[in-house]
Amino acid sequence: MIWDGSYKYYICYNKDVLLELTKDEEAALDGKHGETLALAYRVLVAIGDATGSDKLIPIEWAHLSGVNYNTIGDAGEEFLSRLSKDAKFKVKTTVNPMGFDFDTVSKYDLDDQFIQKQQGIRKSYEKMGVIPSFSCIPYQIFELPKKGTHVSFAESNAAIYANSISGLKTNKEGAFSALASAITGKSPCSDLRDENNRKPDLTIQMKVKNKDELTYGMLGYFAGKVAGNSVAISGAKNLDMRNCKSLCAGMGTSGRCGMFTLEGSGEKIDFDDKEMQKVRDELETSESGDIITLGSPQLGLDEISDLAVMLKGKSFKKRCMIFCPRAIREQIKNLGYAKKIERAGAELLYDCCICLTPLIDKSNVDAVITNSVKGAYYLRTSNGVDVNLKSLSQIVNEETN
Amino acid sequence: MNVKIIVRGKTKGTLLVSKNPINFLGGIDKKTGLVRDKNHDLFGKNLANKVLVFPFGVGSSVGAYTIYSLKYNKCAPLAMICLKADITTASGCAISNIPLVVVQKQDYESLRDGQQVSLDAVSGKIL
Repeated sequence: MIWDGSYKYYICYNKDVLLELTKDEEAALDGKHGETLALAYRVLVAIGDATGSDKLIPIEWAHLSGVNYNTIGDAGEEFLSRLSKDAKFKVKTTVNPMGFDFDTVSKYDLDDQFIQKQQGIRKSYEKMGVIPSFSCIPYQIFELPKKGTHVSFAESNAAIYANSISGLKTNKEGAFSALASAITGKSPCSDLRDENNRKPDLTIQMKVKNKDELTYGMLGYFAGKVAGNSVAISGAKNLDMRNCKSLCAGMGTSGRCGMFTLEGSGEKIDFDDKEMQKVRDELETSESGDIITLGSPQLGLDEISDLAVMLKGKSFKKRCMIFCPRAIREQIKNLGYAKKIERAGAELLYDCCICLTPLIDKSNVDAVITNSVKGAYYLRTSNGVDVNLKSLSQIVNEETN
Repeated sequence: MNVKIIVRGKTKGTLLVSKNPINFLGGIDKKTGLVRDKNHDLFGKNLANKVLVFPFGVGSSVGAYTIYSLKYNKCAPLAMICLKADITTASGCAISNIPLVVVQKQDYESLRDGQQVSLDAVSGKIL
């Protein structure tokens, strides 16, 4: 990530506002209701002070990240195991993808220790009362609460989507802040939870002519770098589900911005071919790849249905892994999409996603072809493999017979 | 210099100053503390036992677990100084008991790589 020092767009909070707690919250912070609640309140107080909030407010739904053993390691696995001894989630709580799909893991060369640790993490979350969704697109697979409802979404693409499209209110939560919200049912009222901070003070003008999910992903990656809490995007046409998810995921990867609008005021900057090339140069390290991955964020029902149509009569020249939530598994089987996609030679994987899956490793893969900007960033930095960026239509045209 | 305390604690150490924001999940090796993002200005440097100065955290929310893992693996920074403490960094430091403070922009810009400091995130001062 090349930083040109342009944090002029960021509002630097130094309001000396400190969080005021009710007597009950104060008692919980002091450990009078047990260690777990004390820990959760310690986190809420830290983020409250960090974001200049003066009170805690109720939230209705927490979505947690930190489920894949590859991302949280032994430290995270032990932490969750300890926590699950007495922690119980107080509100509806859903979770991000794991490292792999338990149904098909035997087909991959994954060591037993990884599988056991992943199982441990899953059990800890289930013991605390999670809905085992293992998906990074909760906004696409669950019924949404009414507009204006406060939620706590840790998954960055989901937080941005919830704020920008679903009309929900969340900050771009951290793994532990969403966890603290799940345990207490509360969150500090700051940043994007405050109506005043949801108005963007910067507009990015989409000047790239070719508008597909790859260019929107790169636009998002660019926007994340220059925007503060909220940003306006002008000139965004064809913002269908696929393009929109890609925009959210790119934005969530590079920045701390948690929301976009399609109308805004303030300073204007352009996202043109030159800026897009800079993003591409940063993320792309190969001109081709050994395997293809689709699904960061995971693909929902609509995108799977589109894909089944696009792949009619075609067959992938390379191995192609497609990541989806388990919630749509039965539907895509019953509707015949799964069969059509598998007939084209692709593998459908559930409960996991491209980002940091142990199924893609530099010992067995040199370079990956993907249309996901988010996937590209983590494949390169975390999995240590090279990346070739292609849009979905390019992939279908060039990588199938 | 005066600071806003986010996570309390006291430490003494050498500043490691990052120009770029940090995506802890992608950018840092949680087992060693090494910066592994080739495009980051701290690439190849180690965060372990340094007082880490960076504008703010970006990207994955799971970065909070990376911070906790660094502590678990004994390669965490001694403390962190930010311009704007984002939620991922603040919650990661709170769980890991890593002192975290926020400083004003002009103070932030006066911090130099390699400088020895004494950070008091109890009374709120950097000397």
